Amino acid sequence: MLSQLAASLVDGLLIGFVYGIAAMGLTLIWGVVRIINLAHGAVIALAMFGVYYLVLWTGVNPYLALPLVAIGGLAAGYVIYVLAVRRVVNAPPLASLLATFAVNMILIGTATTVFTTSPYSITLELGGVDAGFVTIPATRIVATVVAIGVTVGLYLLLYRSGVGRQIRAVANNRDAAELMGIPSGRILALSFGIGTMLAAAAGGLIATFFPFTILSGEAYQLKSFVIVVLGGLGNPLGALAGGLILGSLEGLVPVFTSASWVPVIEFGLFVVILLVLPNGVFGGRE
Amino acid sequence: MIRGAALEVARWLRNPGLWPPLILVAALGAIPAATGSATLREGIFLLLMYVALASSLNIFLGYTGYVSFGHIVFFGLGGYVGFYALTVLGWPLALAAIAGGVAAGLLALAIGASVLRLRGAYFALATLGINEAMRAFVSNFGPFGGPTGMSLDFSIYRSFGGPTEALWLAYFSMLALTIVAVLMSSAVKGSRFGLGLFSIREDEDAALVMGVRAPSAKTIALVLSAVIPGVIGVLFFFKNGNIEPPDAFKLQTSIEIIVMVMLGGFGTVLGPVVGAAGYERLRSFLLTSDPFKSLQLTIAGVVLLLIILFIPNGVIGWLRARVPRLRGTLQ
Repeated sequence: MLSQLAASLVDGLLIGFVYGIAAMGLTLIWGVVRIINLAHGAVIALAMFGVYYLVLWTGVNPYLALPLVAIGGLAAGYVIYVLAVRRVVNAPPLASLLATFAVNMILIGTATTVFTTSPYSITLELGGVDAGFVTIPATRIVATVVAIGVTVGLYLLLYRSGVGRQIRAVANNRDAAELMGIPSGRILALSFGIGTMLAAAAGGLIATFFPFTILSGEAYQLKSFVIVVLGGLGNPLGALAGGLILGSLEGLVPVFTSASWVPVIEFGLFVVILLVLPNGVFGGRE
Repeated sequence: MIRGAALEVARWLRNPGLWPPLILVAALGAIPAATGSATLREGIFLLLMYVALASSLNIFLGYTGYVSFGHIVFFGLGGYVGFYALTVLGWPLALAAIAGGVAAGLLALAIGASVLRLRGAYFALATLGINEAMRAFVSNFGPFGGPTGMSLDFSIYRSFGGPTEALWLAYFSMLALTIVAVLMSSAVKGSRFGLGLFSIREDEDAALVMGVRAPSAKTIALVLSAVIPGVIGVLFFFKNGNIEPPDAFKLQTSIEIIVMVMLGGFGTVLGPVVGAAGYERLRSFLLTSDPFKSLQLTIAGVVLLLIILFIPNGVIGWLRARVPRLRGTLQ
């Protein structure tokens, strides 16, 4: 029993790192641009297919395809921002929610005609690592290492670079930042791009160990919402912590009851935390 | 008090804005009745359903400015409760429909008392979570049939005089519900209570200062906008013959209803009617014409994006702004 618990916990924590970086993207976009990006799941799903086809066509290692897909995510985010988001940044929440949802419909609708909704998967045999009580698939370990690397990279970007200082200034007070000569439009576009880049990186990593369809993105987007609420906003480490909490819940709950109760607990917790700590955990500024 | 209420009702009936949506709904509803065609009846049933759902959502979303992303939860829960009453408890359809409406209203009351403290995007996210939590819960809930749901024993149609009669009954009930939804939407908009809601939409803090009881007003608006979707859920799944969690709590439909409200013009009575009818026609056209069939979702997305970016007030709002003389009739 104890070893089973430990195994489930490790399993959950490892996947939690990957969930965490998808949620960090959402957190960053909310924190800086102040909109909820409902196209996040579509980017996650497209990144999965991006890795799949890069591997299929060029035969490269999936981990080499990952940076290319992430750069693609950055570019896609920039394009989405310019075409759909820029005009509604200052509008009431309904406008930006629907604008990003429209992008989601366009991406998913088009991708469904191309890829259909049948499942795909990437076969990657790296063996496993024996940790005594459990054998951990190496793909999970690599994904965790990459996720930690991405988190450190984001931290350094936000807190140790000039651009990062500008991003934090715009997140803090856009008007004041503009008065200080910060090109806020460019910073918003960049932040949106980095946010979708993180979604793409998470999607690419998930594709290396789980089968996926074009509709998988939605489930990961909903998980990202839960994580964002759990971990609070403003710092990437919060989202990572939220990811770890969600991951361990997903690992541990099925040990005690049927796995179909996991979403009930996840979304129940989501609503409760929004209610009990609406400012403290979620934003602190509303 | 009574005299005041009577005057208010008289004023409301004299309002020219009440008639265009009512006439539109009645005209649409009369088509299948006049022709007796089953195909038209099925098509118009769905169309009326979306008109009623969009008009109901508009009472909350359009008048208070709060975004309910998971409004379909009322439809789903009402449908499940009514279906349970019909099949397991053996209640008559009318009673089951009322049970569905009451269940949806009670859920709205609970949400109003707790979750409606949240504002803006926070509330929108919470409604999304409530819908997902409800879907996940019902999928695990034994009495409601868990993940496979419940189906109707077709002998139940015999008490209505056969399946055809049962379908016509469902159709006319839907027409009546749609008319009730439009009347309610117009009555709320014309009332003092409705003015309170609009002031919340413009600036909730200012409304509070001016003496609008925002918390209770928002809750009442949410309950009003939830009851009819609850009843519609019962009718829809009664006609459908079976109910499953993914059909009852479909996020896609929830958002499509918002699109309909936005397309027509949110905050207007006529807008959701026009938007729902227009969107539903567009979709059935796209679904049946070959080159667009597979790209239906993409095209709907492009239409939505263009509306949000360029005519955020919808068709009716745009017309009102362009042709001031029409403002009396297009409300």
